[in-house]
Amino acid sequence: MQNINAIFKKEFRSYFNSAIAYIFITFFLGITSWLFFRTFFISGQAEMRGFFGIMPWIFLFFIPAVTMKLWAEEKKIGTAEILMTLPIRDYEVILGKFLASFGLLAVTALFSLGIPISVMYLGDPDGGTIVCGYVGLLLMGGAYLAIGLFASTLTENQIVAFILGITTCFVLLIIGEDIVLFSSPDWLYPIFSYLGLGAHYSSILRGVIDSRDIIYYLTIIGFFLYLSTLSVESRKWR
Amino acid sequence: MIEVRELTKSYGPTLAVNQVSFDAHAGEVVGFIGPNGAGKTTTMRILTCYLTADAGSATVAGYDVVENPIDVRKNVGYLPESAPLYADMGVVDYLKFMTEIREIPKSQRKERLRAVVDICGLEGVIQKDIGELSKGYRQRVGLAQSLIHDPPILILDEPTSGLDPSQTIEIRNLIKDIGKEKLVLFSTHILPEVAATCDRILIISQGEIVANGTHDELIGQIRSEDKLHVTIQGSEEAITPKLQELDGITGIHCVSSDNGVVKYEITTSQEGYYAAGDVYNVVVKNEWVLVELRQESVDLEQVFLHFTTGETSSIIPAREIMRAEDSTEEE
Repeated sequence: MQNINAIFKKEFRSYFNSAIAYIFITFFLGITSWLFFRTFFISGQAEMRGFFGIMPWIFLFFIPAVTMKLWAEEKKIGTAEILMTLPIRDYEVILGKFLASFGLLAVTALFSLGIPISVMYLGDPDGGTIVCGYVGLLLMGGAYLAIGLFASTLTENQIVAFILGITTCFVLLIIGEDIVLFSSPDWLYPIFSYLGLGAHYSSILRGVIDSRDIIYYLTIIGFFLYLSTLSVESRKWR
Repeated sequence: MIEVRELTKSYGPTLAVNQVSFDAHAGEVVGFIGPNGAGKTTTMRILTCYLTADAGSATVAGYDVVENPIDVRKNVGYLPESAPLYADMGVVDYLKFMTEIREIPKSQRKERLRAVVDICGLEGVIQKDIGELSKGYRQRVGLAQSLIHDPPILILDEPTSGLDPSQTIEIRNLIKDIGKEKLVLFSTHILPEVAATCDRILIISQGEIVANGTHDELIGQIRSEDKLHVTIQGSEEAITPKLQELDGITGIHCVSSDNGVVKYEITTSQEGYYAAGDVYNVVVKNEWVLVELRQESVDLEQVFLHFTTGETSSIIPAREIMRAEDSTEEE
């Protein structure tokens, strides 16, 4: 635990020591607020479905940008060699790094609370769906982060990590989209609709937190963190 | 403290380390030398559990590198080549991070921090970011990192590369100091450094340990005959026969002879200083004047060349002879 904590603190601080955290938070909030409020006043409904609805697509570009450096940079500068010869297990490093990126996401989500607060000021939205929306947002964001982290372990080039992350998330996202589902063979339908990154999120957005959806996201997170650990360990055998 | 047995590791088709075996003990400074790509770094990476060997075994501080990697790492301080550090971290933050990961008790953290800052001479840069530091200071921060938990074993990959001469001397003295109680295994290209700091030298070439011993032992190993440079005042006709009578002289070569001064190169199968004594006695007995009597010394450079390429001027490459013997046995 102490090791995970140490890695978490180091990585989390590194986000805020460099400009990454500030740029991320500013642009994320700027873009999402703009996209949300431009239709909000036209529809005239005090709800946040528009805000949460665009998240799977916004995350697609923002999250891999947060995770791309997590491992690729360590490989590139060679700091991995010191890190991985410290008395610390590979999974502890991966977990610490994941939690740090999750921390940044959580801080961003915290700042975005300005949006529901202004919606509440303007009207009377359903508080329950907003809470559910945030739970879903963090769960889905976690899954994107784990995928992005895995992509980062595969290369020492951050740009490659970024694009790999986007591509993987994109594929996992669209297989759950209706267009893909309708055109896919019958036997693939249940698999695709279960695996799709967005489907579980939209069911959470409806205001029902189903344990299956939570388990789905935790499984995806666990699976990709496991893959990341394997990928980091693979240096030993190459 | 370190026991390595027939360690083998290849990267694809390239054999990086081949059947490497050696021991090293506490209180020893062991220098690891060899040409680029000889397998020094790979061996060190295996010992620090960064990589896993394909075959063979290694124990460090009594722990197997495959079975107990965490215990091995707890006992080892490691500085990789060119000291890779996080440029965006402050020097203090970085060292604090290390005290946490190294699980140094909170009460001792400050004390250890101060100790390594002191040892590595970091007072002046303590407030800076690592990214702002010069190469030499980065190297020192890397060294501080490896010392922070006061490990019984220190593994340093080219610790003095990129340092200016005075820094190099400081680091060397530091290594010597640490090596009084602990085990220091370090690699380098700089041969005088090895001679100056190491109790024992390991020469690795093409993935194999080709020599292992103290400085004197290695020099002894490659010396098949000694060479003396002698200059005597007198006539060549008188001197040469007298020298030829001496025991163990295998060759006398008159380099020059003019103005009554004769220069010789004498090779002897005996230890050089024996033959030198004999030459001196002959000179005294015949009441000649001895102008120069010098034994040609074999230096580490020759030893290194000999073991890594088999090339030295007057010396027979023992390794090639061994190889030839091996192949005849096989036949």
